[in-house]
This record gives sequence, C-alpha cells and structure tokens, in this order.
Amino acid sequence: MRRVGLLAGAVVLAGCGEEQSTLLPESDATHSIDAMWWVLLIGSTIVVAVVTLLVLATLLRRRGSLDEVERGGGGTTFALVSGAAIPAVVLVALFAYVLSSLDATAQPKGRRDLNIEVIGKQWWWEVRYLDHDIVTANEIHIPVGVPVRVVARTADVIHSFWVPRLNRKIDMIPGRRNAILLQADRKGAYRGQCAEFCGLQHANMAFYVIAEPAQRWQRWAARERRPAAAGGRGEGVFASAGCSGCHRIRGTAADGRVGPDLTHVASRRTLAAATIANDRRRLAEFIRDPQHVKPGNKMPALGLQGRRLDALVDYLESLR
Amino acid sequence: MATTVGREEVERLEETWHEAPGLKTFLTTVDHKKIGTRYLVTSFAFFLAAGVEALAMRTQLARPEAGAIGPDLYNKLFSMHGITMIFLFVTPMLNGFGNYLVPLQIGSRDMAFPRLNAFSYWVFLGSGLFLYSSLLVGYAPNDGWFNYTPLSEKAYTEGLNIDYYNLGLLFLTISSTAGAINFIVTIFKLRAPGMSLNRIPLFCWGILAQSFSLVLALPALSAANIFLELERRFGFHFFDRPRGGDPLLWQHLFWIFAHPDVYIIFLPAVGIVSAIVPVFSRRPIVGYPWMALATMTTAFIGFGVWVHHMFATGLPQITMTFYAAASLIIVIPSGVQVFGWLGTMLTGRPVIRSPFLYVLGFIVVFVVGGVTGVMFAAIPFDQQVTDTFFVVAHFHYVLFGGAVFPIFAAIHFWFPKVTGRMLDERLAQVSFWFFFVGFNLTFFPMHVLGLYGMPRRVYTYQPGLGWDFYNLLATIGAFTLAVGILGTIVNVFRSRTRGAIAGDDPWGANTLEWSTSSPPPDFNFASIPVVRSADPNWDFEDRVEDGLRLERRELTLSEGHETIGSSWLDGDIEEVHESPSESPWPLVLAACLAVLFALLLTGHWAMAAIACGVCLLAWGGWHLKEPGE
Repeated sequence: MRRVGLLAGAVVLAGCGEEQSTLLPESDATHSIDAMWWVLLIGSTIVVAVVTLLVLATLLRRRGSLDEVERGGGGTTFALVSGAAIPAVVLVALFAYVLSSLDATAQPKGRRDLNIEVIGKQWWWEVRYLDHDIVTANEIHIPVGVPVRVVARTADVIHSFWVPRLNRKIDMIPGRRNAILLQADRKGAYRGQCAEFCGLQHANMAFYVIAEPAQRWQRWAARERRPAAAGGRGEGVFASAGCSGCHRIRGTAADGRVGPDLTHVASRRTLAAATIANDRRRLAEFIRDPQHVKPGNKMPALGLQGRRLDALVDYLESLR
Repeated sequence: MATTVGREEVERLEETWHEAPGLKTFLTTVDHKKIGTRYLVTSFAFFLAAGVEALAMRTQLARPEAGAIGPDLYNKLFSMHGITMIFLFVTPMLNGFGNYLVPLQIGSRDMAFPRLNAFSYWVFLGSGLFLYSSLLVGYAPNDGWFNYTPLSEKAYTEGLNIDYYNLGLLFLTISSTAGAINFIVTIFKLRAPGMSLNRIPLFCWGILAQSFSLVLALPALSAANIFLELERRFGFHFFDRPRGGDPLLWQHLFWIFAHPDVYIIFLPAVGIVSAIVPVFSRRPIVGYPWMALATMTTAFIGFGVWVHHMFATGLPQITMTFYAAASLIIVIPSGVQVFGWLGTMLTGRPVIRSPFLYVLGFIVVFVVGGVTGVMFAAIPFDQQVTDTFFVVAHFHYVLFGGAVFPIFAAIHFWFPKVTGRMLDERLAQVSFWFFFVGFNLTFFPMHVLGLYGMPRRVYTYQPGLGWDFYNLLATIGAFTLAVGILGTIVNVFRSRTRGAIAGDDPWGANTLEWSTSSPPPDFNFASIPVVRSADPNWDFEDRVEDGLRLERRELTLSEGHETIGSSWLDGDIEEVHESPSESPWPLVLAACLAVLFALLLTGHWAMAAIACGVCLLAWGGWHLKEPGE
C-alpha cells in the first residue's frame, strides 16, 4: 500500500523520467532515505504553514498608524516557547531518528560476495570487478537483490559516485578508498551521475547500473571475461590510427590505459559516459569529431573518414 | 525656533565638518555616510553583474541540451556568480548599510577609524575590479566559489583563473578585516551617553556579530588561499595527495571560513529585519535581550557546523553526528528570532509599507530555507541530496531569501534617510510582488530538480529525466525576479530627484538616525543625543531635550572634529574623541596594494617586493603628522 502511495505521489511530481530520481527508491538504503524525506517534508510543511499563517494574520490585522506607538512589552514567552522550547523537543526527537538511521547508508566494512572498484576519471568511470577478471566502463552490471560492495576511488580530481535510486552518494577523493553498498530490489537500468564538480565535462559524466537476474548476470560476466574476437581490417585501423595508444582491447595488441577499456564496447548502452546512445551513427560521429560531441574530453580527432572510419566502426560494433 | 546660540553652534559645526565638493574631496573623504553610500552603489553594481551571470546560466538551462553557452563559459559564470554574490555583493552591501547607519544609530559622528574606513572601501573596490578583470582577459575563476583541490591545482586548472581567485580573495580580506575591526571598536567605544550594552540597536548587534565572525573566520580562508597559491606557484604540497598533502584539508579550511560566512551574511540582514519589524508593528521588539543574545549565539555556534558540508566525503560517523547535532542546535536561536518578529507583529498594530512587505516575504522564504537546512543535519538525507539542485534551492532560500530580501527591505526603509525623499510606494509594492513571485518561481522548482537527481554545476542535461519542466519554470522565474529588481532600480533613480520630501522621520521609527535630518548633516547630530532606552527616538522628551542642550551648548563638541568616546559596557562618557579629517593616504595605500597584487598575479616577484616596500612607505605616510596637528 505504502509503495503504491509513494509511487503515485512521485509520479504526480515527476510526470515522466525516473531513471535518476531519489523519490523512486529501489534498495534498503534508499527506502530508508526516502522514508526520512517524507518525515522531513511533513514536519517542514507544518512549520512553514504555521509561520505563513502568522504572517498572513499580520497582513490581515487591524491596521495601526505611523503616528502612534505603543510602548508596552509582552510576547517574550510566546517567542521563547514557540522559537526555542518546542523546536528543542522536536530537534532532539529528530536527532534520535537520524542516529537510528545512520546504518542504512554506512560504508560497508569488509568484502562482500561481489566487490567492484569504480575509479572516477575526467570524465568517465572505470569499473573493475575485483573477484572477476572484468574491466569495463560507464556501465555496472549487478545481480538483482545482491548487496554489492563498491570501492570508490579517483584517478585525478574529486568526483562523487551517485546512483540516486540505489544509494546515497560517496565522494571519490585522492588517497581515499571510500565504499558503498549497491543493491537493487528489482531489475532495471538505474542512471547515475557524478555529483562533485570535476571540470569541463562534469555534466556529461554519467553511467548506468544494470540490475539483472542472477543467471543473466552470470552470462554477462562470462562474456565480459572473454577477450575480444579478431576483427579483420578494423582492428588494423584501431592500431594504426592511434586508438590503441589510449584504449585497451583485451586479446589484441591494443593496450592503452588512458581511455576506457573497449573489449566489449558494443555491448554497452551508451558512449562517452552516457553522453550519447551507443549506435552506429553516433559512434562514427564521436570518432570523427569527439570535441564536438563532448567538448574538452581527452579524445582527439584522428582525421578518420571514409572507408577507414567505416571499417573501424564495423570492428567496434562487433565487440560484443 | 532655534535661538541664536543654537544657530551659531550649528554653523560652527558645519564649518568644521564641511568637505568642499569636488574631485579632491571625492578621493580623500572619510565621511562614513559618503563611504557607506559608495559601498552600497558599488556592491549593487556587482549584484547586477552577478544577476546577468545568473540570467545567462538560466537561459542555457531553460531546456535540455541547449547550446547557448559552452561548458567553459558556464563554469566561469557560476564561479563568478557565487564569488560575486558572496564576496562582492551581500557582505559589502551590508557593510554599506553598516557604514552609513551604525554611527547614526549609536549617536556618533563617524566611525572609530574614519581613514581606515576609507581604506576598506578603496581596497574593496580594487579587489572587486581585480577579480572582474579576470573575465576580460579570459581567465575568470572556473572551479566554483569553493574551489576544491585538486581540481584547482595547477595540474588540472593551468591558467591564471585560480590565481585570480586566491589573490583576489586575499586582497579583499584586507578590506573585510579592517572594516570588521572598525565596526567592533565603533560599536563598543563611540556610543551616545546612556546607550548601555542592552540599548544597542539590534541592527548594530547584527553588525557586531558579523564583525567578530569575520575577524575569526577569515584567517582560515586566507590560509587556504595562501597554501594553494604556494602550491600552484612554488610547488608546495598542502593539498596534493601523491606528495603527502590532503585535498580534504582544503575543504576543512574553506568551510571553517565559509559556514560562519553564511552567518556573516545573514546576521546583519537579521539586524535589518529587527530594525524594521518594530517600526511597522508600532511597538518595541519582543524580547530585546533574547534577540541580541540569539544573534551572538548564532555567530558562535556557526563556527561548529562546517563539517555538514562534507558528509559525503567518507568521514567517520562519530564526527558526522557531532556536526549534525550542532547543525540542529543552531536552529534554536533562529527560531527565537523568527517568533520574536512574529510575536512583535501579532501583538502590535501593523502598518503595511514596502519595507515591511519585503520583511514579511523574508520571514516566509527564510523559514523555507531554514527547514531545508534542518534536513541537511539528517545525515543520510544530506548524503543523498548534497551537491544537487536541492542544495542550490536551499542556499538561495537562506542567502537570497535571508539576506537579499532584507537588503531590499533596507533599501526601501532607509532610502528616505539617505536621500531625503520617499520612494514611490506603488511602484515599490508592484516590484515587490514580481520579486517575491519571481524568487519562488526560480528557486522552489530547484528542490524538485535536486530530488529528481539533478546535480548542481552542470552546464547541460539530457531530456527524459523529468528535469525539463522545472528548469523551464526556474528560468521564467529568474526573468520575473529580474523585472522586480529592475522596478526597484527605476524607482530609486526616479525618486532620488522626484520623490516626495521625506522629512526627518517618515516612518515614526525608534532609532537615533531618524532624530536627525534627512539626509543627515555632515556632523550627524548637532548635540550628541543622550539615550535612556533601546528605542530612543520614541522617547520624545529626550529628543526635545537634545534640542535644548544644543541651546546650552552641551555635548555639541564644536571645537574640532570631535565625538564622544564612551565606556563599552554602560555607554558612560569617557572622553572627547578626536576624529581625523580627510586624507589622501587611504587611497594611495589601496592603490599601492592593487599594484602589488597585480604583480603577484603576473609573477613579477622582484617588482612585487619593491611594491611591498612602497606599500610600507605609503603606510608610513599615513602616519605623518598633519600640518596644524
């Protein structure tokens, strides 16, 4: 019942679009935060309503005149009771509630069944599965219902790892290994986005968490572990044009570590940290003019066009 | 009315205090009213600049994937908008009111250190122009007003952008510190006879709390600026992790300054509200000592809450709970003040005029910002919405709502005192409604955006996330708000020459500035007023007595540039305080400092060392005995 009510409320507020809304929680942590939000909202609404009514009462009261003044005192008790005593009681209760809810978003200590390391980089996310030989980017696959431990690190400036529907955010700070639990009650694609300003393309540093049933996740993991299949002419272009200087494709000579690992790039939904959808046209456009698609990102235009570009795109499209 | 004796005294005072109009006086004046007005005009100009920046950003965000402004310019705009609003508008604007009003409200003829006061202004102007010159050369600060490391280190922001930020703020800090010390001494030592600590106007309490906070908080900011600049220029390692620094040090230093800075901005604004509420409620404020105490308590607790800006950085729980508790406690003094105002209004006989409308608007929006502020003490919720538009909504409710609403109230309230003319009340009320509706239309939807997961500081966003509609609303709101502000500007310009004559006391107000003429004479008061309550201008017999004392040549101090020096606790007369007259040295020293900072910016170290020497010389020149002294 409660969930139906909340959903209805959220949909009224939302209209459409819910991939990144804190009001549509899908994990223990976010259910707890969401419940807290509604408590805070109700309390706040009462406070604001009372004050607004008192202000309106002032507007509607019998008017005085600027020529007269009444020097009497009084009103101090009202101010102290309403402004100090009542708030004190409410705030103590709120503090107790906050203390009781801290564990919901606490950093997990120790390893879990599935452990992932996410490394924030200007402006994309490297994803490493610590228990599997999997390195990918901008897309995190997790099995439904399993709390996954995510260690959040950065390779350069401060970023903040945030999937609003699955947990609170956690900053990625040089020299620190913060951790967070990522868990999704239901299958789906949950959008996440960098929440700490990190430079030119902070706005286009997003990613997806894909929660899928355990079996599907196993299949995905098995495929990710495999090296890339041989790719004919396009593979050659990848090496000769210079792509391999920055990108790695396991199973080939390409071993760059600057940009995302592209071993299974074709299986991802988006490109350039969820800046554009991953389809043939946009992929070609991104390779041809990366600075137009995502100004300031570190990928240079390599002057590829015509058949060489087609071959390269063919090859990348084959990396499933 | 006045007898010959009184008139002679007034003439003598006029002669002593008069400054001949002209360029020389413009550059050398130490009159707190002229300096105050300059602060007001200059900082309002910066406000307009910040407003244009805001409108540009709102235009870009009006729809998803818009191409009006690219990421580089957008980052500069939001950085400059924040820096301008905080450092170049709200604080100096409130200081402008402080400069103009504090001496008048405490019955003095000037600030304690008039030349230091002139110096503060020139340095403020210099540092403001310094910061804005960065836009012209294309190196405006671009890492936000809180400028986190390592993004702001040389490795990630190579250009002069951050050097402008560090040096500009260090430069400005000189002004703020000097100004704050001046206010503290003025309020403690130059009060009218009888104005004991428990009769100081609440606006002055606000300025006093602000000044103490500034003096104590600014060193943390300066340390951060100096450390970062040393790191950028000379390879020091305060913040860079690979070599043993820690980026969190920057965050701590910055917020140790910046959270108290919220109250630095807010407390004088609260003082404005406490000045206006009793006047339009036609009764003394409820619980005066509690209101004063609440002001000082807020400033004090304000130093213990900074970590709530860092709840997502992975600090230990025990640390976070301490700061969450402090963040809750600070609600209580604000609660006392809000209900103090409400109590005053409800038990008084309210008269609705434009200054009061802005105050009523303030109370509503400030409480909205207050309750969302409480939410940030709820640690898990904070960790969810921090760094989103929810925060942007919140701090605009507390800063724009909590400070700019009172500033507009103050403009409407004290305009007659400063110019001698009334603003057009109808235009003022129409402008208010644009202002109020526009403000809420701009910033309320941002709460929803934050809850829907929109991070702050993004120059663009994708469609389909539920953000489009609320962003469009906010943009429409921003332009509506701009209309309200424009209405006020038109009103000020028209009424300055064409408004109805105000008279000394158009509002029937309670503080001393209303007991002298509008605009006040150069010497403020012919005979220094003697005070017996916290609402001296409502003690009609006392004010009549001031006039009689003028006839008896008592407390007129017409021998020279003189005012009363009094005991800090009881306001008993201690001495006749000699007040210096105009001087070119404040401007000269400020100009030398500007050259010094320009040389530091461009890395001319040897020249900068010489400029340091020149500054010392100018400082020495300041202390030369004047002819006739």
